[in-house]
Amino acid sequence: MNPLERYAPLVDDEEAFFEACDRPLPSVVRVNGIKTTVERARSALDAGDVGYEATDWHPGILKLDERGPGTTWPYFHGWLHGQEEVSALPALALDPQPGEVIWDACAAPGSKTTQLADLMDDTGTLIGNDNNLGRLSALRHNAERLGVSNLVVTNQDARNYSLKPFGEDTDDPEAIDAFDRALVDAPCSCEGTIRKNPDALDRWTMNHVHSVAGIQKGILRRAVQATREGGTVVYSTCTFAPEENEAVLDHVLGEEDCQMVEWDAPDGFETALGVTEWDGDEYDPSVELAHRVYPHHNDTGGFFCAKLEVTA
Amino acid sequence: MSDDTGDQRPENDGQRFDRLPATSDERVVAGRPTREEVVGWWEQRYGLPPETWDGHTFWEKGNGKIWAFAADLVSPNPVEGLGLRILRARQEHWKPSTNAVQRFCGAASKNVVLLDEDEAETFARGDDQELERWEGDWGYVVAAHEFEGAVEPIGVGLYLHGELRSTVPKGRQEDLS
Ligand SMILES: C[S@@+](CC[C@H](N)C(=O)[O-])C[C@H]1O[C@@H](n2cnc3c(N)ncnc32)[C@H](O)[C@@H]1O
Repeated sequence: MNPLERYAPLVDDEEAFFEACDRPLPSVVRVNGIKTTVERARSALDAGDVGYEATDWHPGILKLDERGPGTTWPYFHGWLHGQEEVSALPALALDPQPGEVIWDACAAPGSKTTQLADLMDDTGTLIGNDNNLGRLSALRHNAERLGVSNLVVTNQDARNYSLKPFGEDTDDPEAIDAFDRALVDAPCSCEGTIRKNPDALDRWTMNHVHSVAGIQKGILRRAVQATREGGTVVYSTCTFAPEENEAVLDHVLGEEDCQMVEWDAPDGFETALGVTEWDGDEYDPSVELAHRVYPHHNDTGGFFCAKLEVTA
Repeated sequence: MSDDTGDQRPENDGQRFDRLPATSDERVVAGRPTREEVVGWWEQRYGLPPETWDGHTFWEKGNGKIWAFAADLVSPNPVEGLGLRILRARQEHWKPSTNAVQRFCGAASKNVVLLDEDEAETFARGDDQELERWEGDWGYVVAAHEFEGAVEPIGVGLYLHGELRSTVPKGRQEDLS
């Protein structure tokens, strides 16, 4: 059975949902404000006869008519980065400010990390972590190509992330004891990437969903603990399974000092509410404030994104 | 390890990041470049205004690899990466990195070789080319072209004997023709 059948009861338009899941995804690029401006990047694409259309909701996120951006001058200059449209949401939800200390717990290969750097005007301290050393080299390559200079790269298990290397609990004037904001773009069963990788669900099992949910809970808990009171944590996945989304939020809301906060998706970007009941379980009603993105909503991949505030 | 010299000065530990000393008076580790030297080198060689680096701290990891980071951190630091690798020092001719040149050398005013369209494509492919017209210094130069109304750096060239060699790393080379 197609695992996506599980979600038929959740979607507003079943037929449109399954149809969208079968269509390939358009090739999308994000303009890198560290090296150029939206105007210059668009003008360079025009000059190079590369057809594109800006998304309805963001002037710097462009859908290309055909080929990938790799063989164009603006790409060579690090003005563009190939990034799926929907994956631009979590960084916008996190809303990092210039000069802050930000933790990207699961950062490789760095699409969202480099977007965060751009939103911070390449200032402050952006810590990009991943437990997979091989994927970290892709993160470093992408960050360097885009000219990012505020990134610190670490290789730890995010579930028990240590701030010791940053001088935690010492009187060093540069010590970091807590983050202002953290992004948990968690490892997941990737159901929402079916349009990009048609074999994404070939090895899907309920066991895998449950085991990855355990990792997600561990990472999100650590993110809340390591973020200062009043700070922001954003949780995102590219999957539909409530076990990996609302259930993870429900667990962490119960165990750690945090609450869900409202966040409006950009104008023109359609999302659905988080679900509060699934498979006989009930979740904290506030998880409704999370955003579910189904492929037929905005012609993107599937996605989930929630914003939390740390309360102690 | 140099017990034959009796030199007790600490040596560079290539496994971690160490903040560069501000000036030679503060230098502890033998051979480590200072912040003053690094800023001065970019200014002298490429005409980059010293203010370019006002917001950045400088670090060494490995033998002479220098990184620029947009904030400050506890030093020494064992992390995997810190900011942008900007140059290789501890050798006779310091070599800037492609990524630093792309990011910072739009403001360069010296040793910038301006390429026409064909030359720029040759350079981006990673190919070497004859370039007789250049009358600036030999050594590492900024290769650039006119792009979107400004001079946009492409990468680092090595100019020697009438030839411009492209040092664009393999993973960045591209056929843009
Ligand atoms: C969805 S991907 C991240 C994508 C990335 N944020 C981006 O935008 O390019 C999830 C990442 O989590 C990493 N990961 C899995 N378990 C982890 C753990 N326990 N600690 C840290 N990272 C982990 C994986 O190696 C993978 O790179």
